[in-house]
Amino acid sequence: MNELIEILSELHGDVDFATEEGLIENGILNSLDIVSLITEISDRFDVQIPAEEILPENFDSAAALWALISRLDED
Amino acid sequence: MSFTTLTFVLFAALTVLVYYLVPARAQWVVLLAASGLFYAAAGGWYLPFILLTIASTYTVARLISRHAARDEAYLAEHRAEMTKEARKEYKAAGKAKRFVLLVVGLAFNFGMLGVLKYTGFTLESINGMLSLFGAGKLPVPALILPLGISFYVFRSTAYIIDVYRGKTEAATNVAKYALFVSFFPAVTQGPISRYADLAPQLCAPHKAEWGNLSVGFVRVLWGYFKKLVIADTVMVAVRTIVSAPDRYEGMYVFLLIVLYSAAIYGDFTGGIDVTIGYARMLGLTVQENFKHPFSSRNTAEYWNRWHITMGSWFTDYVFYPLSICRPMQKFSKWSRAHLGRAVGMRMPVYFATLVTWFLTGLWHGASWNFIVWGLLNGVVILASRECEPLYARFHKRFPKLGGTSGYGYFCAVRTFFLMGSIRILDCYRNVPVTAKAFGSIFWRFDTWRELFDGRALTELELSVPAWIVVGCAVIAVFFVSRAGKKSSVADRLVHRPVLWTAACSALVLVILLFGSYGIGFDAGDFIYGQF
Repeated sequence: MNELIEILSELHGDVDFATEEGLIENGILNSLDIVSLITEISDRFDVQIPAEEILPENFDSAAALWALISRLDED
Repeated sequence: MSFTTLTFVLFAALTVLVYYLVPARAQWVVLLAASGLFYAAAGGWYLPFILLTIASTYTVARLISRHAARDEAYLAEHRAEMTKEARKEYKAAGKAKRFVLLVVGLAFNFGMLGVLKYTGFTLESINGMLSLFGAGKLPVPALILPLGISFYVFRSTAYIIDVYRGKTEAATNVAKYALFVSFFPAVTQGPISRYADLAPQLCAPHKAEWGNLSVGFVRVLWGYFKKLVIADTVMVAVRTIVSAPDRYEGMYVFLLIVLYSAAIYGDFTGGIDVTIGYARMLGLTVQENFKHPFSSRNTAEYWNRWHITMGSWFTDYVFYPLSICRPMQKFSKWSRAHLGRAVGMRMPVYFATLVTWFLTGLWHGASWNFIVWGLLNGVVILASRECEPLYARFHKRFPKLGGTSGYGYFCAVRTFFLMGSIRILDCYRNVPVTAKAFGSIFWRFDTWRELFDGRALTELELSVPAWIVVGCAVIAVFFVSRAGKKSSVADRLVHRPVLWTAACSALVLVILLFGSYGIGFDAGDFIYGQF
């Protein structure tokens, strides 16, 4: 989780990713950020996020994204 | 049978009547029969193509679903004895097989669309190049373009992709699936509804409810009002300007940007209002396709509000899969290593954006003007993104400005003209002619005199009363649209029967009195219906 927050902070240093729960809803992450995130996650966690998982509920908070990574890794 | 003909109105009314008279379990059969009749009436030769799409996508989805179920059952049975790696390997192998099935389904349907829609354009482009070298010409066959093919192919390919992704259950009744693909109010011009949203509603029983009937009815009238009173009237002036680009320059092109925006808004949103209205009368909720697009502050927002279902189709099935596919991720890593982090991050998104907009342009029509239109939209979106730090710096310097309504209006007007300027490519259907016409805005200042002395308006083949009617109609649309930002005006009218009756009577009267009819005028051609 800490590593994920580190990746997110590299994109937007001014956001508190530990508490923010509206990353998509509040327009903090755009398509550029999402694609960069997916590349970084694939790199560091060896988890491929497929296009069908690009849903607001999976990207709205660091916790939701971490849950997605864990689920995909488990699968 | 165009939406704007009396035949269609009677046909739709009869369908609604029969739909509520038959037993609830047979309602979907009435809709299927009506959709079949509607489509057959458009042209007998169109039928085989939609039937091929229905048969192929239904079969592919069933096969994918069967394979997925078999793999799942195997995994459930052997889970204990398999390692995590073995499970992953088994899943990957199964997914690869399903992917082949998906590719076959997509290739067949996009192949059919490509041959029917783009053969003429491709051969003509080749002939254009051959003529540069003095070579002979290839024959260009005149192929038919089945009604609404771009819409139903997109709707059904989205379905098989969703089944492949496990987001949607495969249909088990081919007739019910055929209804989803061919549902008559949406078959010609969308929205491109998703199977999971629309199909369950189409096959569910619906009771005749005053709320649905009255909301739907007023929405249908509102759609006809926008189409017949605004769009079709304004299109007369648009056609006059476009027909003589050498005569109508400068101010006339500026006027064209405004007029064509009004016309296309009336046409597209009017058509969708009619679709959503008829569907609502049948007890169905069809997804909105336009949400106050001209209030958008920037291009990206505009495309979240204009033709929403097409935009989300391209985002879900082209943009994201392309920008996160493995080759693109490798390319991104390579770019980061060799060109720097900032460039490397942008590469996949920028490439995918331009490809997506190229395809969006191509979807709109088989001609260069649409391709240039699409690419220009992509370039404007990317340029806006690159300018974001500049905007941020500007707003930091003037922190109070961004929240003012004046600045909001300024941004909306700027977006309106930016989108409108690109959109006139659609009018001239010729890139150099459009570029020349657009350029004349900045040097033919003398033409403004014709606007100020009133000559320009009568010159455009519309009478002064017609301009007044259009002006009043546009003002009405503006205020109704504003009033409907928080909740639908049609929904609110239901609870006020007197107001509802007055609104319906006024709309019928205005449509009958001021709608565009006449010899040589084809009110039936919705612009999106030609895609």
